Amino acid sequence: MKEVVTIDGQGIFSRELNAKLRQAAWNGTQKIELRNVYGQRYIGTNLGKPVEIEIFGTPGNDLGAFMDGPKIIVHGNAQDGCGNTMNDGEIIIHGHAGDILGLSARGGKIFVREDVGYRAGIHMKEYQDKKPAVVIGGTAQDFLGEYMAGGVLILLGLNLKEGERHKANFIGTGMHGGVIYMRGKIQEFQLGKEVGVAELDENDYLTLKGLVGEFASHFDYDAEELLRYKYTKLFPLYLRPYGRLYAY
Amino acid sequence: MKTYLPPKFIVERDDSRCIRCEVCVNQCTFDVHSYDIEDDELKSREENCVGCHRCVVFCPTEALTIRRNPLDYRENYNWRPEVIEDIIKQSETGGMLLTGMGNDKSYRIYWDHLVLNASQVTNPSIDPLREPMELTTYLGQKPDRVEFSSVGLKTELAPQVKLEVPVMFSAMSYGAVSLNVQESLARAATEMGTLWNTGEGGLHPKLYKYGDNTTVQVASGRFGVHPEYLDVARIVEIKIGQGAKPGIGGHLPGEKVSAEVARTRMIPRGTDALSPAPQHDIYSIEDLAQLVYALKEATNYTKPVAVKIAAVHNSAAIASGMVRAGADIIVLDGLRGATGAAPKIIRDNVGIPIELALASVDDRLRQEGIRNQASVVIAGGIRNSGDVAKAIALGADAIYIGTAALVALGCTICQQCHTGKCAWGICTPDPWLTKRVNPDIGARRLSNLLRGWSLELKDILGGMGINALESLRGNRLHLRGVGLTDTELEILGVRMAGS
Repeated sequence: MKEVVTIDGQGIFSRELNAKLRQAAWNGTQKIELRNVYGQRYIGTNLGKPVEIEIFGTPGNDLGAFMDGPKIIVHGNAQDGCGNTMNDGEIIIHGHAGDILGLSARGGKIFVREDVGYRAGIHMKEYQDKKPAVVIGGTAQDFLGEYMAGGVLILLGLNLKEGERHKANFIGTGMHGGVIYMRGKIQEFQLGKEVGVAELDENDYLTLKGLVGEFASHFDYDAEELLRYKYTKLFPLYLRPYGRLYAY
Repeated sequence: MKTYLPPKFIVERDDSRCIRCEVCVNQCTFDVHSYDIEDDELKSREENCVGCHRCVVFCPTEALTIRRNPLDYRENYNWRPEVIEDIIKQSETGGMLLTGMGNDKSYRIYWDHLVLNASQVTNPSIDPLREPMELTTYLGQKPDRVEFSSVGLKTELAPQVKLEVPVMFSAMSYGAVSLNVQESLARAATEMGTLWNTGEGGLHPKLYKYGDNTTVQVASGRFGVHPEYLDVARIVEIKIGQGAKPGIGGHLPGEKVSAEVARTRMIPRGTDALSPAPQHDIYSIEDLAQLVYALKEATNYTKPVAVKIAAVHNSAAIASGMVRAGADIIVLDGLRGATGAAPKIIRDNVGIPIELALASVDDRLRQEGIRNQASVVIAGGIRNSGDVAKAIALGADAIYIGTAALVALGCTICQQCHTGKCAWGICTPDPWLTKRVNPDIGARRLSNLLRGWSLELKDILGGMGINALESLRGNRLHLRGVGLTDTELEILGVRMAGS
């Protein structure tokens, strides 16, 4: 089987496109180049092989939903639900991503060069060595890291002007696990009430160094320079934010 | 703070029968019984009794009687004891009242106002003891028409699931119920040719081997959802809502997240497992379609995808949207659907009776000409095969039972599931208590129940002169209403008895 195959997405629906991807992946293809992608959904779902997919165009919603292993590189923007309930693999987006990036992800990594929409990283979780990571180069909309139960979320704010703050409100609302590292200005009122603010410790810097390093290499940044900035750590104040609601 | 709550039950111990064996002490998980070695006497803390009757059943000399405390407050229809006690509880804790099981209020049970038909003289009844009777049910999308070629069926069928009995076990997650309970359900389902449902708690690896008889749930928390989980299942069910708590998420408290539960849900031990109220990728019918097809993609279009909602005011319109969103099976969970934990105020006040929801959904889908595109499964308080037969005549393809299955395993509906102290070992993570449900015996009790209902269903069908359940499905002429208003009859689509 050929190491690299090219698939043309022109004029075909999601189901057909994904069937082609599945066939290619299951035949042992190492790398797939996907041309002319116009909003087809679920790319990367159910491939079950660590294949690399390079997308030229605009993949549709649920890119990499339930994905387990592949590496996806998008030369364009991703839409909503990218990395939905992802189990393993990597998604690298040379552009923006829409809402609920990494919803309920339980593993794998997502790198977005520019901005993301609402509720990025919502309800990500972790279990032992399965620990999802999301790195966002730009800024995010409201409810970043909502309900977060695990994993690492990094917001770099590289497109913010000097002194400009992130616009997102309700950051980390309902967060009860995982960690958020932010670069750039935020004010107290922008944070959810379940979130605490702390300085980074040595372990935090180790994590940050690894992930920011990967981000830098994907998008041609100088990692050293990115790491020189000041970061803030957001962490869940309670493992059980809603433990005291009830009368028994 | 001194509690103003009076005991709900009175424990009567016949001292002439009591042999001081302390079985009651060991069986009670609510610390009611204790043995005083100095006085050689068994004592009771009646204020702790929940009325589960575990001690009564296991007392070897039948020395125990548990009675309701009459609580003879001054009579007041508005301020009943339950109302007073709820206020006391809240004034002492400041919390939402939590409860377990289904709505216990006296909303009309329509099954009890529907009667079935039988053949007399003008058409013969069938004796199911000697003639073949078929209960086989296929769940899944049915084609608008079928075409045959010279070699056979030409039409490509959507994935179908065959049930030998039209009764499945409702979603009960590992964490809410114990693994032994799930294993009992899985084994009984496998033996009887039906399905059990994981609920939103993942699937323990020990139960993968029952995959062909397993429905796995994908709900708002997405706990334990990974490729293998979807692969192993027979049906994938998206849970939007639940009859006991429509519109509400779920909080599995950290105490119940043991190492094994953590492993199955894939979250750290001891953290709360929070299922948000909405699924954050579903804010519309179009979004639902997106998840339905995400799951179809994830399973390569080999399994039906079900969507479960709580029965609410607009169920019929919502159901139409669900079918159009690509659901192969729609599940309606009614007002009396049960739960391991829900705010009492929601459980007792939100949702509509399943009988009305079923009738209106079935009607609506027929009117729109899309009834064949999805099977309809109902849940919520189904008690016996009579309810099952009536539900099928009203239009259901199959029925989920949850409470009835738990009762088969010992549950006495004491409504303490949320405490995690279930004395019957059903709704608890306590490893010492979960041993009280032995999967060998549990599976047998559940299989027996389904066998009994199957025999009864065949008898009911035979009496009607029908030899296949398919002929009863949606056949409301076999039903008549008793003691119902014109509006109720109209919604149910049945005629008054005698007419």
